[in-house]
Amino acid sequence: MRTMRDAFGEALVELAQERTDFVVLDADVAGGTGTASFRDAFPERFIQCGIAEQNMISVAAGLSTAGIIPIVTCYAVFASMRAVEQARNSIAYPRFNVKVVASHLGIDVGPDGPTHQAIEDIAIYRAIPNFKIVSPADPYELKKALPVVLDTEGPVYMRTGRSPVPEIFDENVRFVLGEGGILAEGTDATIIAVGVMVHRALKAAERLYKEGISCRVVNMSTLKPIDKEIIVDSALKTGAIVTAEDHNIMGGLGSAVAEVVVENCPVAMKMVGINDRFAESGEPEALAIKYGLHDKAIEEAVKIVLRQKKRGKGKIASLG
Amino acid sequence: MPAERELAEKAREIRKYIITMNCYAGSGHPGGALSAVELITYLFHREMNFSVDNFKDPGRDRFILSKGHACMALYAVLAQKGFFDIKEFKRLRHIDAMLQGHPDRLKTPGVEFNSGSLGQGFSFALGCALGGRLAGYDFRVYVLLGDGELNEGQIWEGMMFGSHHRLDNLVAVVDYNKLQSDDLCENVTSLEPLVDKFKAFGWYVMEIDGHDFGDIASAFGRARMIKGRPSIVVAHTVKGKGISFMEGNPRWHGSLAPRGEDRVRALRECGGEELEL
Repeated sequence: MRTMRDAFGEALVELAQERTDFVVLDADVAGGTGTASFRDAFPERFIQCGIAEQNMISVAAGLSTAGIIPIVTCYAVFASMRAVEQARNSIAYPRFNVKVVASHLGIDVGPDGPTHQAIEDIAIYRAIPNFKIVSPADPYELKKALPVVLDTEGPVYMRTGRSPVPEIFDENVRFVLGEGGILAEGTDATIIAVGVMVHRALKAAERLYKEGISCRVVNMSTLKPIDKEIIVDSALKTGAIVTAEDHNIMGGLGSAVAEVVVENCPVAMKMVGINDRFAESGEPEALAIKYGLHDKAIEEAVKIVLRQKKRGKGKIASLG
Repeated sequence: MPAERELAEKAREIRKYIITMNCYAGSGHPGGALSAVELITYLFHREMNFSVDNFKDPGRDRFILSKGHACMALYAVLAQKGFFDIKEFKRLRHIDAMLQGHPDRLKTPGVEFNSGSLGQGFSFALGCALGGRLAGYDFRVYVLLGDGELNEGQIWEGMMFGSHHRLDNLVAVVDYNKLQSDDLCENVTSLEPLVDKFKAFGWYVMEIDGHDFGDIASAFGRARMIKGRPSIVVAHTVKGKGISFMEGNPRWHGSLAPRGEDRVRALRECGGEELEL
């Protein structure tokens, strides 16, 4: 198992050999975000900004005016909160070609504890006009996503991760910004997951299948613009949706999916995520169990939506 | 000196434009626009390689108005430079208009950055300067800061960044009119000793009369000779300069426009009464 941050560093180094149009900005966390390997390989394309994220984000906007693509890197807590007003007013509103790449997402951060566990970043960046949001599920997908992100004109927020994740794909994985991917087909319910929750969703679906419940699994690696087609199709074909994210249940993937579902094809829905509270230090797997993000929690949620689906014939969801 | 007379005439016209558009808008920030007039006049009409013809050229010199609320002065000089017609002044701050309450690069030709959230234009300018160096351009970057803006922590992050990266292609100017939104700077959050602070951060510091074209010319000339560190000009100015009842009065920071008798007087003092849009 590799970490997403290491995969990000490796992808940067590889890509930098092919193209000279980007630089990487760091706020003294190159070890943490995975950019240290890039710093060592391409020191002249690595801009040390010190522990000053607000300045770094606005500096990036200025750099882009010289025809360079700045990749701003730091932890998601700082990218989405400490310096979010800079991301809004220096990058999004003037629509500069800057990429913000954040590691340290959710309780996947583990032992560093709640100060460093960003459980709000999707909600925050989703609310800023002009930003697109990308969140790959494994190192292979990340590697495919990075050049696409660089070639997408305008502001993009990309999420990596901190802890080791199981590999889901191989080098043949396809990444299209704005498209979700169906990883498993099923007819009873759909699990839509993002980031570290994708491998858990697959595990849950596998176990449910043995119990006779067939689930479609969708990897929603673009959170904005969200793939409406795949959501509507999943709602119509399976009649029940469970979302799964290592993020507060308010404003994240679940909310994004629900926005599409309620307007187009109301079906029973259940959101797996952090239940509006701060977590604590601990190993990511243990935290996932304690805070309801484990594959068992997804399984449970699928069973609840299936009951709702039966009761409401897929139209009205009652309290589960 | 004819050259200086010409600049004074441009500055006089900019003040006239500021008050006129301020009256049409019914709001805005006249005090901090009027204090910056000579600085902006000199930069656009003498110092910078910046025009309608080269605005799309990545090698152009850049001006960033970090104190974005002073945008009426920027709009006035951009109209003088031919970026748009002075008729646009009538629509300032109105719906569907080209001229926004704070600068918007996507709406207004000649504007580099959507400033207004204080501190950000400064960092943006640092990024421009570093980008120019990395991409091999020899353009220069000028950024105008407010004194109240110096309260922002981001400014001091940027101060460290600018000297650490030895951005000698950048000149910052502080429009030091001694007044911020609510009160005297000294009463809000004391800035002094300001020159010493900038020196301690590793910048080349100059102190001038910000309404004197001779002083302004010599400061920008000296900044061109400085290598290995960025320059900053502490320009002593008068808030509301040129309109007698606005001078040194914090009430005229904004957001407002003169009304009634004040309006008549302001328009008469700046020569705006004869301006037809």
